[in-house]
Amino acid sequence: MNIRSIESLKRKKTRKGLFYGQAIPYLENIEIKGRFIVIEGPDASGRSTQIGLLSSKLEADGHAVLNAGLRRSELVGEGILEAKRNFVLGRKTISLFYAADFADQLENKIIPGLRSGYIVLSDRYIYTLMAREAVRGISSSWSHNLYGFALRPDIVFYLDVDPNELVHRVFRKNSYLDYYESGTDLRLSDNMLESFVMYQKLLRKEFKRMQKRYKIISIDGNRSIFEINEDLQKRIDEYLLNLQNY
Amino acid sequence: MANRKNNVEKSIPISGRLIVVEGIDGSGKSTQLRLLEKWLISRNVPVFFTEWNSSETVKQITKKGKKSGRLTPITFSLLHATDFADRYERNILPLLHAGYVVLADRYVYTAYARDIVRGCNPNWVKKIYEFAMKPEIVFYFRVPIDVAVDRILAGRPRLKYYEAGMDLNLSNDPYESYRIFQSRIIEQYESLSLSENFTVIDGTMEIEESQKLLRSIVMKLLPLNITKNIRRPTTLEYQINRIT
Repeated sequence: MNIRSIESLKRKKTRKGLFYGQAIPYLENIEIKGRFIVIEGPDASGRSTQIGLLSSKLEADGHAVLNAGLRRSELVGEGILEAKRNFVLGRKTISLFYAADFADQLENKIIPGLRSGYIVLSDRYIYTLMAREAVRGISSSWSHNLYGFALRPDIVFYLDVDPNELVHRVFRKNSYLDYYESGTDLRLSDNMLESFVMYQKLLRKEFKRMQKRYKIISIDGNRSIFEINEDLQKRIDEYLLNLQNY
Repeated sequence: MANRKNNVEKSIPISGRLIVVEGIDGSGKSTQLRLLEKWLISRNVPVFFTEWNSSETVKQITKKGKKSGRLTPITFSLLHATDFADRYERNILPLLHAGYVVLADRYVYTAYARDIVRGCNPNWVKKIYEFAMKPEIVFYFRVPIDVAVDRILAGRPRLKYYEAGMDLNLSNDPYESYRIFQSRIIEQYESLSLSENFTVIDGTMEIEESQKLLRSIVMKLLPLNITKNIRRPTTLEYQINRIT
């Protein structure tokens, strides 16, 4: 690797800013030793399977790995699911709730992990939240600002699965369609199956729209677990090798 | 902040009026707003009172997190924004559409002031609240820090952790911390007072005196069809009413 590209890699980490926006002045000068990798993709796209496989391989290679994600934090309780189901809360309210929940994960788990030198593998990240908001009519500039406090990952993968294929995977996994993953609140169709496919198509479109801005790498998720894993692992290994070489 | 003619509000006209009071704890704003509410109710004006950080649904969901003391400036800010959004989406906006006079004890400016003091980026905070309508009027109760602190401590021997701004590490003594925290909030209010066009009320005035002032100002802001009800009948009208 020549001098210029080494310089550009360094710059990427320092000058461009660790965060997307400027919401956390008190964290601006932290030192991040670890690497941050995000796997995005719809439900049943195989995210958690892939994260499991990647973690094992990275650990076998001698890296310290930490798994994070959008799972409920300790901050926001289960009550939000109930409130969502009953259509009690407005859309801005729900977005802000999720943002608070995410911030808690970021500040209490992801950032400490990265500061200690872990490779943090995140099962979903702000892009899922922003896509969900966008299909519900919330302006992308508002969402973009809202998540300005989010740390910029080193790599973001999106497991792209054809929504029609996705349905079958969901049925194989659960035998029913999840209420939220079907976008039922949007009332796209009375037919649950149709609603699911329509909703997933809308989300997929949003991911395509965000791809360039957030440098999201689209991975063909219609392939077998093994093939997808090989693809992901190769890209991660290449990235880590490049870092080592300078 | 959303303008009256902006986006969503464009479709349905706002026939109500949004009246806001701001100021630090102990500035007398809540007392004054409650008196305004009593007055409007007694005149049969449709009125709705809303308080900062009071959404029941949000409280239920965040109770645990807040108790655990794990809040950072960002999560603190976002949870308060959630609370505001819930009251805004479910109460404030629909009631304004329905023609209510909405009385808000604290509004987005409280978030601006507190979050900025806690170290959040000012532009970030303001953009989050941009969906909120600009009020008809914001009464800012200006009061010297000592007066406010004395009023608060007289009735409340113990200060809560976040209330005293203990998360900011200003002082180990909650009372000292509280005083420094409140002074910083005053600084924010003073700067907002100019940029956001606050109507400044002297918070050291006698309660009845300031209420008189507030009522005379609010009277002029109410829609005509409402003021008709409030205005005392003239002698002539009174006689006509008696005849018919």
